[in-house]
Amino acid sequence: MKDKKIIIAGLLIFLIILFSPFLYNIFVNAGSAQPAPELVLTEKAKAAKECVRSTDYMTAEHMRVLDLWRHSVVRNAERIYVNSKGKEFTMSLSNTCLDCHSNKAEFCDRCHNYASVRPYCWDCHIDNPKEKE
Amino acid sequence: MESSRRIFFKIAGLSALGLSTKPVLDAFAKEQAQDTLPEPQTQKGAEALIARQWAMVIDTRKFNSAEDMVPLIKACHKIHNVPKFENKRHEIKWIWEEEYHNAFPMKASKFISEKVEHTPFLVLCNHCENPPCVRACPTKATFKRESDGIVLMDFHRCIGCRFCMAACPFGARSFNFRDPRPFITKINKQFPTRMKGVVEKCNFCAERLAVGQMPACVEASNGALMFGDLYDPESEVRKLIKTNYTIRRKQALGTDPAVYYIV
Repeated sequence: MKDKKIIIAGLLIFLIILFSPFLYNIFVNAGSAQPAPELVLTEKAKAAKECVRSTDYMTAEHMRVLDLWRHSVVRNAERIYVNSKGKEFTMSLSNTCLDCHSNKAEFCDRCHNYASVRPYCWDCHIDNPKEKE
Repeated sequence: MESSRRIFFKIAGLSALGLSTKPVLDAFAKEQAQDTLPEPQTQKGAEALIARQWAMVIDTRKFNSAEDMVPLIKACHKIHNVPKFENKRHEIKWIWEEEYHNAFPMKASKFISEKVEHTPFLVLCNHCENPPCVRACPTKATFKRESDGIVLMDFHRCIGCRFCMAACPFGARSFNFRDPRPFITKINKQFPTRMKGVVEKCNFCAERLAVGQMPACVEASNGALMFGDLYDPESEVRKLIKTNYTIRRKQALGTDPAVYYIV
């Protein structure tokens, strides 16, 4: 172990480089992180209390729900979704989801932008079904 | 017991470990509890129209000129957000008119009746029982729906390769060379548009059948178009096919079109 000092110094430098992004955020850039966007609900969404599934599930897995919906509507010709409480919904992004969540810019876009996700839903689906023009 | 201090630490350690598993077990228990709720289900609407194979009969005797077909085409293109391109090479069409010798090239004889020669025929996707476009599609974006025989497109999955357009002998498919949105006269907000780079075609109004309505063109046709289940002997279309002489487009190709023409 003649090179003990060199090896330890090397390891230390390696670890510092490895954790440099975290260290940078902790010491230099502290507190400058963008705050997570908060979810804005419309009056209608507030009144409904719960979406088609529990809020936790919808926050984490809404894309799975949408995937199931599109598959079921297009491929199986089934358009009605019965949730675990027995409530029925027409499976439609523009006509059902955006009926309550008519504030797409605040409800969808802010969080997607924050997480840098770019879903291509709105290339085809109408994003303002309730607005006049 | 000797060295009781050592044993004491062992037992204390094990107990601490045992206690630490409680939150984990709790989490599992919670997950189990959630699973007891029934899984969400999907189902057809109560008023949905059901058939084994949807088919259409077009009574060409009831059309006297191209103007008679305009309201049908308009009705379809309006509710489905079909764009209007001036450039013919970008044209998108779901239902349109075609001269007899183009619609029925294998049936065009040398000297045919004036009316047949000069009145256009209404043509659309034939929703073939043996659709070549479905076989050509590499992503299964186009498929023959088991439940009702409609040849449908899943625009989410279309990659725009246009193999289906090459495979379709009826020219029933159009490609979106440009973003269609700016070219839609008035957007129907109940129905999606398409995006650049996907193929589109008539969907036999699958979205209307699902809520108990007849296709838009049938509704606008004043009885010139009939729609029903080809495999129901009591259906309107079967009765018409039984009592009238009907032809189908390019029948010899074996695609088995589901659109019948009374001539």
